[in-house]
This record gives sequence, C-alpha cells and structure tokens, in this order.
Amino acid sequence: MARNVNFDLSHPLMEAGLESPADEEGVHDSFQQLIAEHADNGAASSALELQQLQSDLVEESQDNIPLCGPEHEHRRQGASDLECDGGEREMDQIQGEGWSSDTLKILSSMPSRTIGRNRGAIISQYCNKTLKLRRRRQTRPSIRDFSPSSRPSIRSYGMEGDTIDAEVSKRERLVNNLQNLPVSDRVRMLRGMPLSVAEKKEIRNLVMQKEKRILSNKRLSCYSQLKYYIIIAARKSWYSWLSFLHSLQPWQTLLKRVSGRFGTGVLSYFLFLKTLVFFNVFLFLVTGAFLVLPQAVHPPDEATETRSFSGLELLTGAGSFSHTVMYYGYYTNYTLPRSSRGEGRGQNASALSSDSQQFSYNMPLAYFFTIGMAFFITCIILVYSMSKTFGRSFRINKSNSILTMKTFSSWDFKVIKKKSVQIMSENICTQLKVSMQTNMILVHIVDADWQECADLKHSLWSVSLPHTTLLLPPHQELLAELTQKNTKSTFCKRFCRQMVHGVAWTICIASTTGCMAGVYYFSEFIHKDLQQNYRKFEVYPLMKEARLLSLPTVVSLINLLLPALFNVVAWMEIYESPSVFAYVAIGRNLMLKTSMLGVLCFHWLGRVAPEYKSIGLTCWESFVGEELYRFLLMDFIFTLLDTLFGELLWRLFSEKVLKKKRKPVFDIARNVLDLIYGQTLAWLGVLFSPLLPAVQILKLFLVFYIKMSSVMMNCQAPRKPYRASQMTTIFITLLCIPSLLGASVCVTYTMWSITPSTSCGPFRGLSTMFKAGKHWMKILEKDNPKLSVLSKAHTYFVENPFFLFVGAGIFLIVIYFHSQVVDGQRKIISLLQDQIQNEGEDKKFLINQLQSVHKQKQDAGKRLKSQDSTC
Amino acid sequence: MILHRCVIVSILCKFRLHLKGFVIMSSAIKPSIQSICFSHAVFLSLQDCTFFTRKEILRLHGRYHELAPHLVPMDYTNEPDCKLPLALIVNMPELKENPFRNRIVESFSEDGMGNLSFNEFVDMFSVLSEMAPRELKAIYAFKIYDFNVDNYLCKEDLEKTLNKLTKEELTPEEVELVCEKTIEEADLDGDHKLSFADFENMISRAPDFLSTFHIRI
Repeated sequence: MARNVNFDLSHPLMEAGLESPADEEGVHDSFQQLIAEHADNGAASSALELQQLQSDLVEESQDNIPLCGPEHEHRRQGASDLECDGGEREMDQIQGEGWSSDTLKILSSMPSRTIGRNRGAIISQYCNKTLKLRRRRQTRPSIRDFSPSSRPSIRSYGMEGDTIDAEVSKRERLVNNLQNLPVSDRVRMLRGMPLSVAEKKEIRNLVMQKEKRILSNKRLSCYSQLKYYIIIAARKSWYSWLSFLHSLQPWQTLLKRVSGRFGTGVLSYFLFLKTLVFFNVFLFLVTGAFLVLPQAVHPPDEATETRSFSGLELLTGAGSFSHTVMYYGYYTNYTLPRSSRGEGRGQNASALSSDSQQFSYNMPLAYFFTIGMAFFITCIILVYSMSKTFGRSFRINKSNSILTMKTFSSWDFKVIKKKSVQIMSENICTQLKVSMQTNMILVHIVDADWQECADLKHSLWSVSLPHTTLLLPPHQELLAELTQKNTKSTFCKRFCRQMVHGVAWTICIASTTGCMAGVYYFSEFIHKDLQQNYRKFEVYPLMKEARLLSLPTVVSLINLLLPALFNVVAWMEIYESPSVFAYVAIGRNLMLKTSMLGVLCFHWLGRVAPEYKSIGLTCWESFVGEELYRFLLMDFIFTLLDTLFGELLWRLFSEKVLKKKRKPVFDIARNVLDLIYGQTLAWLGVLFSPLLPAVQILKLFLVFYIKMSSVMMNCQAPRKPYRASQMTTIFITLLCIPSLLGASVCVTYTMWSITPSTSCGPFRGLSTMFKAGKHWMKILEKDNPKLSVLSKAHTYFVENPFFLFVGAGIFLIVIYFHSQVVDGQRKIISLLQDQIQNEGEDKKFLINQLQSVHKQKQDAGKRLKSQDSTC
Repeated sequence: MILHRCVIVSILCKFRLHLKGFVIMSSAIKPSIQSICFSHAVFLSLQDCTFFTRKEILRLHGRYHELAPHLVPMDYTNEPDCKLPLALIVNMPELKENPFRNRIVESFSEDGMGNLSFNEFVDMFSVLSEMAPRELKAIYAFKIYDFNVDNYLCKEDLEKTLNKLTKEELTPEEVELVCEKTIEEADLDGDHKLSFADFENMISRAPDFLSTFHIRI
C-alpha cells in the first residue's frame, strides 16, 4: 500500500487505460501485464469485479455521448461511475455512486492484492527477495559473469509496452539472482516459491545452464573447479543422507493412520512419544558407546558369583542382572588398556606405565564426562526445541479474530476417516454457533440488556456443556472473558464458587500430602525391614528382592488412582475458563508426581546412600539403579492395566451394558504426563544404570504399539478441538523444567556431595564422584610434572564456585536480553498493525479523492456538454 | 551428463511389513512391487524444487501410477506429458473425505480445471507436507478458499467455505451472520473482502494452521 502507485489523473498514462507498468526498480511492476491477464481470464475465471466492471462499462457507454480529443476521452472514462465493491458503504462522499472503472482497475492491480496470486507478481516478488538475500550475503560472481544481453540494464527498468518481454526480463533477473546465491539459499528459495514445479524446474535448469556456461567459458582455477565439484558431491551425499534419515523415521504409516482417524490432537501424543524415543536413543548411544562398550570389551577381573537366571530378574532387575554392565557397580575404577594384547588387565590407575597410558581409557573420567555431557546436550536440545515451539505456538500478539481463524484454520486436512470428518464438521458447527451467540451476548452487554443476556448465556452453556472436558476450544475462553466482564454475579455466588475451589484444592493437596506421607513411612518401613532382615538367611533370596517390588507398586498405584480422584474433584467445580481448567488439572497431576519423586529421591539419596552398609549392600548406586528399573517397569505395567481397564473394558462395558454408542475419548494430557513421569525416572537412573535408556526405549516402543492399537480399537475421535501446538509447547516445557531439571539437580547433587560406595563402581575410594577429575589431575601431575599448570587451573577454575556463579549469571543475562528483544518485537508488531490499519484508511481516503476528482471532471464535462447543446 | 538409472522400489517398505503383524487394522496399502525409471537429473531437480526426498518422490509416483495404471507410464526418463483428471485424483483416500478436495486439486493444476501432471501432483503434496513454510502454505490455502478465483475472499467464498466446513448444518441466516462477523474481524483495509494480506495476517496468528494444513503421504 505504501507503493507509489500513480494516482495523478492528469497523467497521460491514465488516459491510455493504464498502459504503463509502474516503473520503479525493485517493486512490483507488472501492472500492465496483470491487467492483460485479468482481461484474458476475466470471463473464464469469473472474476466478479471485472465482470461488474465490464457490464458497467456497457451501461455507461449507453448514456455517454462520444466526445473527441484526449481531454474528453479522459472524461468519458472518468464518467464511468460504477456500483460495486461493498466498500462503498463506508464511502460517505460518494455513497450510491460507486467507483469508476479506473479506480477499480487500480484497485484490482494493487501489488498487495496480486502477490501470491499471479505469476508475474510472484516472479517479481522473488526477484526482490533474492536480490535482498544476495546483498546480504554479498556473494561475488558479479555482473561481469553474464553475457551482456542478460545484464539487467537501465532500459529494462523503463516502460515496456510488451508484457511478455517484461516477464521474460523479470525471469532473467530472477535467474541471475538465483545463480549468484549460495546453493543452499538457492534451493530454499526455489522450494519456497509459490510457482508450479514445472516452472520452478525451468528456472532451475536456466540457472544450472548459466552456471555451466560460466564454468566452461571462464577458465577456472584448479581450486575453484575442485570447490565446485566438492559442492556438487556434497549436495548429492546430503540428499542421500536425507533419504536415509527419512527411511529411519519409524512408524510413518501408523502415524498416518492415527492422524487420518483422530486428527492432530491424538497424533501429538504419539509424536511426543516419538521425540522421547529419540532422546533415549541419543542417551543410549552416548552411554553405550562411551561406557558400556568399553567396559563390556574389558570385563573386570573380580570374580562375581553368577546366579542362575530365574525370570524374576526381569521384574526386579536384581539377581543375576545386578553384576552386569547394566549397573554402576560393575564399572571399574581403573584405566582400561586399549591395546589389550596379553597385557595385564587389572592395572591400577596409579601403577600405569607411561607407554600404555597413550592408549588408555580412564573409566571414572569417562563415566563422569559421559553422564555430564549427555545431560548437557539433552538440555540444550530440549531448550532449543522448547524455544522453537514457543515461537511457533504463542504468537506474540494475541489474536482477536477468532471467527476467522476458526473458519480458515480449524479444518484438519489430515483427517481421512468418514466418521471423524463428520464429527469434526459437527464440532465446527457447534463452535461457530457458540461464537455467534457469544457475539450476540456481547452486543447485548453493550446494550445492557441483562435478562436477555442471561437467557442467551444459559442456552450457550447448554450448547457447550456436553463437550466440557479437559481441553476446550477457544470459544469458551471468549465466553469466559465474557463472564469476567459480566461481573454482575452476586457476592454470594462468587463466595460459593470460591468455597468450592477451596474445598477442591484442599482435597487435592490433602490427598497428595497423605500419599506423600504414606510413601515416606512405607519406604522407611521397608528400609527398617531390610536393616533387620539382611542378616537372616533366606531360603529364597529372590523373595527378598521380590519384596522390594512393593514400593514401586504402591507408588504406581497412587499415580494411577489419584488423577482419577482429581478428575472427580474437578467435576464438581466450575471454572471460568476452560484453559484454566486444563492448567489446573495438569498442575495437580504435576504436583502429585513431583512430590512422589521428591520423596523417593530423599529415600534413595538421604536414607539409602549414607547408611547402605546397615542394610547389607555393598553398592548403593546399583541398588538405586535396580529400584529405578523396578519403578520404570511398574510404571509400564500400570500403563498396561490402565489401557486395559480404562479403555478396553470401559468400552466393552459401555457398549454391552450401558448400550451407549459413545466410545471413551483418549485423554491426551494425562497420558502425556505419564510419559513425562517415566522419562524423569529414566533420566534419574542414567547415572546409576547406564543401560536404563535402553530399557526405556523398549518400554516406549511397547507403549507405542499398545496405545496405538488401543486407541484404534477403543476410542473415538475427540469431540472437542485440541489446541495441539499450544499443548505441545506446554508439554515440552514440562519435560524440560520439572523433569529434566529435577533429574539433573538430583544427579548433580549425587555427584557433588554424596560419597560413593567404597568397594564398587568407577568412583570407589573417592570422597565424591566429582573428585574423579582432581584425582586424574594428580596422577597426570605425578607422571608428567610439566602439567602441574593444568592441575592448578583445574583447582582454580573447576572447583571454584565463583565461576559457576559467573556462568549462571551470564546465562541469566542472555535470557533477560532475549526476553527484552521479544518485548520490543511485540511493541513493533502492534505498531505495524496500527500502521496497516492506517494504510487502509489512507487507501480509502485516496480512493475517495480519486473518485471525487472523477466526479468533478464528469460534472465539468456535463456542464460543458450542456453549454454545447445550449449553444 | 544424465545418468539413467532404473530403481527397483518396493512400495511396501520393510517397516510396514514388520508392523503389519502387530496392528490389526484395515490395510489401505496393497503390496505392489514396481519398477520405475527416473533419470537422475529429474530426481535432482525435483528434490531441489520440492520438500521431498528421493524415496518419497518414488512413493508419490507409485501413488500417481496407482490412480490410473493404464494412463501413467512407468518410464519417466523423458518426462512424458500425461495428466490425470480431477475425478481420479479426488478419489485418493487422502482427499476423498476432504470437503475442499476439488478446490485443492484445482488450485494446483495449471489449467485451473483440476488436471494434474505428475509435477503438479508432487507440488500439491509438497506444499501440504510438514516441511513447507508458513508463507507457502498460506498462499495455497488462500487459493483453495478462493472459490471464484477473483483474488479475494469475498462473502460468496466465505459462504461456500462455511457450508463445506459444517456440511450445510448452519441456517442461511447463521451463515450470513458468520460471514459478516468474519469479514469484520479480519478485514484490515476496510474493503469488505479479505485480500491476501488480510488472510496472511490472520494465518500468521493462528498457531494451529501449520499443523492442520498438512497431509501425510
């Protein structure tokens, strides 16, 4: 709109029916061609405006007296007052008269109206884009490289009568620009162009030809030729790598089926599961490559009693599993010789000969750094994806165009099942109705017609209530805002509602605290029991381990039952906004899970770790690893039970007994929270059991197939729309903030300040795991006194908490700056929005001016005519 | 140089074979082994111009071929000129239930009548794929919703859209009301129609658009 379209009526070009393209460089300049195309397609493509325009021109020509001379010619065109375009309702000055054909022509060829719609416009737009990109990158192949004819010359910017020429030159320029871009940018540009593939191919081929020509014409230096070939080879290998990566992506067909049947909401659960699998695969690869593999190749010498495999190990994780690479206790604290040709394996770290040191693998250090780096990289990946989804889903400005969004972006193109399509369209219908009623209520609020308003709201609730479950569509938020605005509700009612909320929260907190206390005392009891009984000889040693399963069972049971209680509690309270409702439900579940994990962490790190000898353990880390394995397994078993009872049996019950047609709806939020809980366990356990990620991968795979078939068999498409991107953001955030953060805090605490077992594991003999680095430094110093600087640096930098604080401070400052930048952008966006509105106003004003000038001229013409006739 | 390579592709990749035993569901994919000839250059250019990998292009060709086995040649080395009519393409399971299926196919066809060549077919799924950027998707979504191809979403288009969305469950008065409100909300420049700029502005604030305007192939 800010483009300089020429509105000057006295300009001779206007008389020629806008024969000229606007002639500025770098801006859309194919008006003429556009108009021509419009005229061509006008009839076929039923371009309303132009049809009206034509018909009006016919009408107008009837009452027009042919005049001669350019001035009159112009008047004749100006006289064409048309009735068109609903916009004239706002045009006070020219109400009833409409716009002239010229105005309409100008309007229909405005750049902003044609971008993305017309080939010429697209090409010119991309020409500008590539030019900008090129300027930014400042790539060198300059104008010298082109043949003179292809050089963009001043002439080509001028007025061009022939439209085909204009497009050809545009295209040539685009090709030139593309050719000068780096390959990756070029490909990105090509892909993003809204042209048909055939045209894109043509452009691409032109670019390639040109490149080839240049290469053959110009004698290239050996270096650049080599570079050229390397680039080509790299691109080819990149494509095959992409192909390979793509074939690695599991579950393509299954995901397609789920999305085809349930849409984006349920799909997001499975996609979340897939991301978790990838996190675990990463963790597994890291620990497998740096810890498990080296240790498995060089098993420790200590003879361990091998117990026979009895099957119960799969449940308890103990028994014959406990002295394997699976747990911390198996790993050695000395340097593994890499070149193991008959050399003594059990070399102690202090007794290393200097030549074997060159090919050695220091297990404690490897353990320390592998775990540390794995956590660090996971954290970075998570924070990155979190920020990305934040950017995508929480657009900086809150939108108020709810109806429009619902109309244009609520249809889920993925869904291909007939019944789900039916449900979706019913859904959209309901939403639209509700929004309309809300709109009407708003109108009534403005009119302060409270009684009618209340009636409407009542009907509104009756429309929307059947769908009120955990996650609700935005229209009810609108409603909620409405209710907030409508603060007429009596004090008593509000008090009652607050009371209900209070009671609900009390119940939830009380039950959570109760469970917490229960788990606390139960774990204490088990601990005491172990203390008393470990000396006693058991006929079945496995029974002792089986008894340990009771704690995970209790915790998993609580995790299964309490959310159900929360749901019941939430059922009795009324929330103003459905999103608040959803957040409250998530918050309560989260509270429960974090408190459980908190108690357990206290149990392991505060109770078991300091007095592990009193319960007959030689290696408390292995014991904690086993516990975590048991928890993971129990979580899995309870997920199975939940699927079986909550989904399968419930469906059968409601189908056979209640004779209802409705199937249960898949509760996405609760299932995702369960996944997050399981993942937290896995992250907690990596330190104690490096193979736990593998167990988690296995578990996730099984959960995927079980949930998939359960959803397919038992569930129906959700009745309410699910705000997939927003919820995904919330879940990723939850995965990052309480889950990963909590796990890494626990792991760091363990490494930093808990004494590891004295007789097993890679850190035996050290006061904390963190001392491994210092220990190594000392050895290095002893072997090679020149390195004492390094050791000092280590003492100074790593062990000094000051640098930790500095690091954290820098991190916080970066976050602060980023938030400030976002804040600034938000302001700019609101300014820009105002500007768009202003531009719209300006445009209207200009059109009005244009129209009034036309009218004046027309009047003048009429007067002239009447004068002529009187004369 | 153009390398001619014949690639033997099994449409049923091993993953699916592997999974088939696990999940009991109506199988939409028939096991069919085809041999498709593409020149290397065609692959490269298609990969450069769309968001698909080699394997996906082959799969798409399989789907395209499946629609009309007697019309579509196997050998695509010389890029034969062959187009499939709208009626055939609309019958794909991915589009069959979509209320906008005709518009989708029409907006991607060169002639506007819905006859798609293989290139246009690939183009369609490329825009609807996960990787396509928001701007590109917005342009084609605009085209799809612009029923009368006049470069605006006017009231008429909106009415059609709404009727298709709700399967004509809304009364004409309701449709009228929603149309008015919608235009009122989204029209920034006050011409009582939605131009592409209005549409893009609206889409940029709809977070779910990217995930819903997406068809898996």
